[in-house]
Amino acid sequence: MKKYLLQSIRLTAVLLVLLCVVYPLIVAFAGGFSKGNGGGEKITKNGKVVGYALIGQNFSKPEYFWGRPSAVGYNAAGSGGSNKGPSNEEYLAVVSGRIDTLLKYHPYLKKADIPADMVTASGSGLDPNISEQAAIIQIKRVAANRGLTDRAVAELVVKNTEGPLLGMFGPSVVNVLKLNLALDELKK
Amino acid sequence: MNTELLGIIATYLLTLAIAIPLGKYLAKVFAGEKVWTDFLKPIENGIFKLSGINPKEEMNWKQHLKALLTINMVWLVYGFFVLLYQDKLPLNPDGNPGMSPDLSFNTVISFVVNCNLQHYSGESGVSYLTQHFVLMFLQFVSCATGIAAAVVLFKAFRDKTSAKLGNFWDFFVKSITRLLLPMSLVIALILAFNGTPTSYEGKDQFISVQGDTVNVSRGPAAAFVAIKHLGTNGGGWFGTNSAHPLENPSYLTAMVELFAQVVIPIAMVIAFGYFIRRRKLAWMMFGVMTIGMLLLLIPTLSSELGGNPALAKMGISQTTGAMEGKEVRFGPALSAYWSTVTTIISTGSVNSMHDSTMPLTGVWQLLGMMINSFYGGCGVGILNYFIYLIIAVFISGLMVGRTPEFLGHKVEAREIKIAALVTLLSPFLILAGTAIASYVFTNYGEAAWAVQPKNWLNNPGFHGFSEMLYEMTSSNANNGSGFEGLGDNNVFWNVATGFVLMLGRFLPIIGPIAIAGLLGAKKYIPESAGTLKTDTLTFSVMIFAVIVVLNALSYFPALALGPLAEYFTMLK
Repeated sequence: MKKYLLQSIRLTAVLLVLLCVVYPLIVAFAGGFSKGNGGGEKITKNGKVVGYALIGQNFSKPEYFWGRPSAVGYNAAGSGGSNKGPSNEEYLAVVSGRIDTLLKYHPYLKKADIPADMVTASGSGLDPNISEQAAIIQIKRVAANRGLTDRAVAELVVKNTEGPLLGMFGPSVVNVLKLNLALDELKK
Repeated sequence: MNTELLGIIATYLLTLAIAIPLGKYLAKVFAGEKVWTDFLKPIENGIFKLSGINPKEEMNWKQHLKALLTINMVWLVYGFFVLLYQDKLPLNPDGNPGMSPDLSFNTVISFVVNCNLQHYSGESGVSYLTQHFVLMFLQFVSCATGIAAAVVLFKAFRDKTSAKLGNFWDFFVKSITRLLLPMSLVIALILAFNGTPTSYEGKDQFISVQGDTVNVSRGPAAAFVAIKHLGTNGGGWFGTNSAHPLENPSYLTAMVELFAQVVIPIAMVIAFGYFIRRRKLAWMMFGVMTIGMLLLLIPTLSSELGGNPALAKMGISQTTGAMEGKEVRFGPALSAYWSTVTTIISTGSVNSMHDSTMPLTGVWQLLGMMINSFYGGCGVGILNYFIYLIIAVFISGLMVGRTPEFLGHKVEAREIKIAALVTLLSPFLILAGTAIASYVFTNYGEAAWAVQPKNWLNNPGFHGFSEMLYEMTSSNANNGSGFEGLGDNNVFWNVATGFVLMLGRFLPIIGPIAIAGLLGAKKYIPESAGTLKTDTLTFSVMIFAVIVVLNALSYFPALALGPLAEYFTMLK
């Protein structure tokens, strides 16, 4: 037993060096050559960082496309989902409220046009994307608030829609931050 | 065909395409045959030399278990103290506090046993030092422990009669140097170049487009996320695990992370067949496991893609399925596949919040963890399956009226007793644990703990009961996922699940190794016309029936009180 104990302690020490120093340092070194140099890809506007490409942020002004509801208010230092069960009455009331808000700001919409992702909170609370349908239903409102034509905004949505991986796997998504920055560019 | 379903099929086929050659390779590595990675030998010899280990020293099954338990104990003590005092140690750029003793107790056990339950949140509960030097370290070694234990079992059935079962340290170190470390490196680099951070910088701050000040948690996550999946550990760098956009940036990374968690469990089954030179037996095992997976996956897909019936009543469109707790970039189909594999394989990482999945999905998730051997965790999946197999051998033996045998070794009273005890342990821990939790919730709601029992549950009614049942099931299965609405960071849950975790890990390792060791040392009886063959279709059906019957008898009442009851109330 004593023999195994000594061997265990020494083996643990050796492996700590290999697995917790050598391995992550190799990864950190290589990661330095990735976009964002290993600190996460940042997006800048006029030389200032306005966000991370992968991290959703709160958009609530009428001239922007809105992202999904977030259980943590897009707090990127404390991710979280709502963890509400599907039959929870209190939760269903919240969803119902979100539908009403959407209908209020988009009076041209029918309930059946609203996709589920616009009224449900994401898993991380930081979802950077919305579905294509979720972007399409907002086009009229955004265009009206910016004095743009529906067509110009719709074209921008199409341009900012990322299709499935290799055209074959997974859903199509729209990155809300990139779309909104493209909108701001359009104005000039 | 639908691109989302195509994505799942592609992911599974890719996994299989790599798992099969990987299995052959592993069989050779552990048999000591020549393989192309032999250039790593000098590193291994260096490790053995520095640790004072002679890797050629043969051990019997008892010595294997002693070595295994001793080193696990060392990790428990080491990890407990480092977590407790992480605030006083370096590499803590965000200034996170030390853990409370009960949280540290729970966390270290949870990572030593390959569970990764995580009653803390990655952004605020740990430092970069503890993430790497405790948690990531344990993700490597707990997985290697499982694999080494499975190889001991392999050894017992390779030769006709054998009490010498190789060297534990040899299996353990090779699992790391020949499998986990090289593959983790590749996966970590793929993640790093697709957006997962790798640098040691602390939190960042920026002003958003609308003018909000936003803090962003970061850190060297890529290395961690790779082994988290490869080792079927599942503990996330960030609080929301692989739903977090930095931990799992795109559909591509999701496919890679899914591949990583399934590949070794399948490869181990293939390796078993090659190692003991009975490939047909391994393919039959693979068949039973795969059918089991599909039987859980298909209904999960159907209930998630169908959307939430309560939202359907409100009149909105759910063409993309149920979206609460899910990320748009993965969609409900991949999230359903993830929820199935993460529960059958004991990974416990999530890319969507299980608490918000549909009630029937909850049933399949729970069942996946209760059965815990449809592929199963790294190494331990095979050990769990082996117990079902021994029970099936015994029952079949009784049915045909012969002494039961497995691979030429008589299965006698002692082995059956061990198998029965291990089988009974899971329902005992899960059901008694949930019952005690429910009792405390109902009768001691005001207890002055960090989270008062009356505030434990995030959802009322049947779903609240499911939250407690899920937590106990996940602990016993060493899975680590949760219905995360549960307020679990308090002394009751930290201590209770700590004990469940430990019993649920070590007894199901000790049991199968003891049985294998005992059987392997028995006289070999050549096959005759009367031998019950274990690699036939009939016997596979028998094992499947044993799995279904044992689990249905054990868990149906509990499932009926939780997710099934919720399902039926939603039908109204």
